[in-house]
Amino acid sequence: MFTVRIQAQDFDAAAEAAALARGRTDIGALVTFAGLCRAQDAPGGAPLIALTLEHYPGMAEEEIGRLIEQARARWPLIGATVIHRYGRMVPGDNIVLVVTASAHRAAAFEAAEFLMDWLKTSAPFWKMEERDEGSSWVAAKDEDDDAAERWN
Amino acid sequence: MKVLYFAWVRERIGLEAEEIDLPQGVATVAELAAFLGARGEGYAHAFENPRIVRAALDRRHAKPDTPLGGAREIAFFPPMTGG
Repeated sequence: MFTVRIQAQDFDAAAEAAALARGRTDIGALVTFAGLCRAQDAPGGAPLIALTLEHYPGMAEEEIGRLIEQARARWPLIGATVIHRYGRMVPGDNIVLVVTASAHRAAAFEAAEFLMDWLKTSAPFWKMEERDEGSSWVAAKDEDDDAAERWN
Repeated sequence: MKVLYFAWVRERIGLEAEEIDLPQGVATVAELAAFLGARGEGYAHAFENPRIVRAALDRRHAKPDTPLGGAREIAFFPPMTGG
């Protein structure tokens, strides 16, 4: 089963992984990646108070769906679940979940990494950081583009 | 055509969405961005560096030279920072 959900509410990574594998006997590898909101980017930097994620409703689901189709064309996936939250999050909160299932681990690991790399550069989400000194939009990182490009 | 704006593009323009009648001579994503950039101060600020602003046509990423064709919706936004 392949599922994309864009939601404000939290998710339970373990429950989502279990749901993907439930009742199946062909899955040999289940990879779960969760991306969390962290308090600090660099040692000594001003701590983050919160992140607010804006998204493009409709396109966010569709774009992640297209990324899953690309992953399925490259690896023999049995299932995948991608959940991306929007709204305001504080350090420690979940932001994104990628679960991939396959018969063998290489496909599950690689597909999960592929999905995360491309999700960061092509899924229409934007982060605004809130710190003591005010709020600002997060700038896109070249290293994220490089991480996605290495799959080409 | 429905035009949507997100993140700092939305903030600079001061609108989430608007309807635009495409003028003659505006046939591509880049031409529409240039037309919008000339509409006033906020627009000029949003499109001051057109190479940074990204676009999606009917909810698919579109390059600057993509023809607008019969698309119903276009969105302009900064490089994405999700995940």
